[in-house]
Amino acid sequence: MLEIKNLNAGIEDKDILKGIDLKVNAGEVHAIMGPNGSGKSTLSSVIAGKEEYEVNGGDIIFEGESILELDAEERAHQGVFLSFQYPVEIPGVSVTNFIKTAINETRKAKGLEDMPASDMLKMIREKSELLEIDRKFLSRSLNEGFSGGEKKRNEIFQMAMLEPKLAILDETDSGLDIDALRIVSNGVNKLRSKDNAVIVITHYQRLLEYIVPDFVHVLVDGKIVKSGGKELALELEEKGYDWVKAELTA
Amino acid sequence: MAYTEDDLEKELATKEYKYGFYTDIESETFPVGLNEDIVRAISKKKEEPEWMTEWRIEAFRHWQTLEEPEWANVHYEKPNFQNISYYSAPSKKPKYDSLDEVDPELLDTFKRLGISLDEQKKLAGVAVDVVMDSVSVTTTFKKTLAEKGIIFCSISEAIKEHPELVKKYIGTVVPKTDNFYAALNSAVFSDGSFCYIPKGVRCPMELSTYFRINQAGTGQFERTLVVADEGSYVSYLEGCTAPSRDENQLHAAVVELIALDDAEIKYSTVQNWYPGNDEGKGGVYNFVTKRGLCEKNAKISWTQVETGSAVTWKYPSCVLKGDNSIGEFYSIAVTNNFQQADTGTKMIHLGKNTKSTIISKGISAGQSQNSYRGLVQINGRAENARNFSQCDSLLMGNKCGAHTFPYIEAKNKSAKVEHEATTSKIGEDQIFYCNQRGIDTEKAIALIVNGFSKEVLNKLPMEFAVEAQKLLEISLEGSVG
Repeated sequence: MLEIKNLNAGIEDKDILKGIDLKVNAGEVHAIMGPNGSGKSTLSSVIAGKEEYEVNGGDIIFEGESILELDAEERAHQGVFLSFQYPVEIPGVSVTNFIKTAINETRKAKGLEDMPASDMLKMIREKSELLEIDRKFLSRSLNEGFSGGEKKRNEIFQMAMLEPKLAILDETDSGLDIDALRIVSNGVNKLRSKDNAVIVITHYQRLLEYIVPDFVHVLVDGKIVKSGGKELALELEEKGYDWVKAELTA
Repeated sequence: MAYTEDDLEKELATKEYKYGFYTDIESETFPVGLNEDIVRAISKKKEEPEWMTEWRIEAFRHWQTLEEPEWANVHYEKPNFQNISYYSAPSKKPKYDSLDEVDPELLDTFKRLGISLDEQKKLAGVAVDVVMDSVSVTTTFKKTLAEKGIIFCSISEAIKEHPELVKKYIGTVVPKTDNFYAALNSAVFSDGSFCYIPKGVRCPMELSTYFRINQAGTGQFERTLVVADEGSYVSYLEGCTAPSRDENQLHAAVVELIALDDAEIKYSTVQNWYPGNDEGKGGVYNFVTKRGLCEKNAKISWTQVETGSAVTWKYPSCVLKGDNSIGEFYSIAVTNNFQQADTGTKMIHLGKNTKSTIISKGISAGQSQNSYRGLVQINGRAENARNFSQCDSLLMGNKCGAHTFPYIEAKNKSAKVEHEATTSKIGEDQIFYCNQRGIDTEKAIALIVNGFSKEVLNKLPMEFAVEAQKLLEISLEGSVG
């Protein structure tokens, strides 16, 4: 589904990603872990197509085709979803209105008519139940005055509504208490299928107890320095990132 | 607008609102220039009674003593008032033949606004008094209104048919000597609308008037007078579109509202005149005087969405004369490219327990300048007067300007006056967030702008709100590179 080949990217003159290789197949969950400043969020932004980042080499292949030349919204239309670490506020735009616009713009890009309001309503009801979201919440302005947990739950709600092929969860666990973490993770797990894939970007192993990855990759200084199964996360938790770094220099 | 699940449900049942109009009419146009003879000729052409002619002449003589005001935060080449034709009337009945004759750009705009040209008749619930180039050509739904004793007609017709009402109220809120443009309008007003709601009557439909400027070089001087008698209610909509012109066109309208004891008037405007091209050439000069008078327990609510015109100078105001009267002003002003807007309101509190609310949303893009100018005046005998003002500005890009000029004069110690102001900028992070969800940049801006304007859009009648939203989108197209 996703193949990243020798990806080099940075912002202004600063190189951040220094040759990333990663292959994600449908049905898989990959975790990307790493210390602060290792390039985790840059990687997610570059995959999603944030303009400020410059790709200096390599390629990102999604569903068999390079998406480097595509705008962020075009990548979204193809099925790439990014759950933001810091979701932005849009005052005066309700969650319902926002998600309706997102769905219909995506449909429009595919040459489809707007989703009938009755279908939309049904879907909103199903997905908000799945994520234990109070429907009053959906009338509030997007992320305005939301708690950390509400923001993240809202991200996963949007993911549920948009049904992406590839979901990248950028530090979705940050700012979550244990209950919110459970609800968000349950939501993600219920949405997993053999046809979609998830990349979980996290600093801590905690989230991976709930969303169990098939593969774990360790990102240090813009490179994936170690890959393994889910037990790698536990090992990291125990020994710390210094252990990987030490192994590298050894 | 606040879009909730309930709205979604409603949307299932809601029909889309569409309307449109078009005429291509040979005009009878006066020679350019202005003098007493022209003023008399206009009056004669309209078969007005002597008192009306004299009233115009007095206004004209006063106008000659006035200077064009320069205090507004706008810069433009002053119109040459001797180079304007002051009368242009359709010489034949309107024809609705072929669309091929219409400026395709205008048609395109209509299309994108969702206005279909053959649906006007279907407009149940909205009575339309179309003002085309100064003379009111058609008036519909008159009969339904007449059954309730409501008078809704062109002002020329009212001068002929209901002279006692016109004579009693015209110029009582905006005196013919009020200001430069009001005096000019009083002298040469070509047509406009008149509306009278009798005592205790609640007008069953939204009254609408659509103004257009059709002929190049003909200034439009509309005069509107709305009188709501004791205990009555009316909601009045005014919407404008104008075709593209290279020359600057002058528009100097006067709107007077009179709400007698316990009456309520809701006056909504969507203004979309040609703003000039993206280099700042052409566009309409919009110098408008709008004012309402509230008697005891009366309420006047102004709602405006201003997206058009090269230069706007407009302050819909309320004189809260009666005790317990209420004035409201809800405004969205959008400026893009080289547009300049200096707009706001005046709330004059004279009576006891009078209340006013001002919500102003300014959106500036391109190299435009957008100013809010407001006066809240609490007079000596206005015990317990209250005002709340909120002025928010949204900036797009680095070359535009937002300015706020709030004036507060309180001469009564019991007054409570609150003023809040914010300025924000559409951020790249907001845009990227929307992009990531599949919403392109243009649509993202529209979404953010609509959210910003929500409090005002919510005050518009439903069908107007839909159009206004689309208008905001179109007005800001191409404003982010």
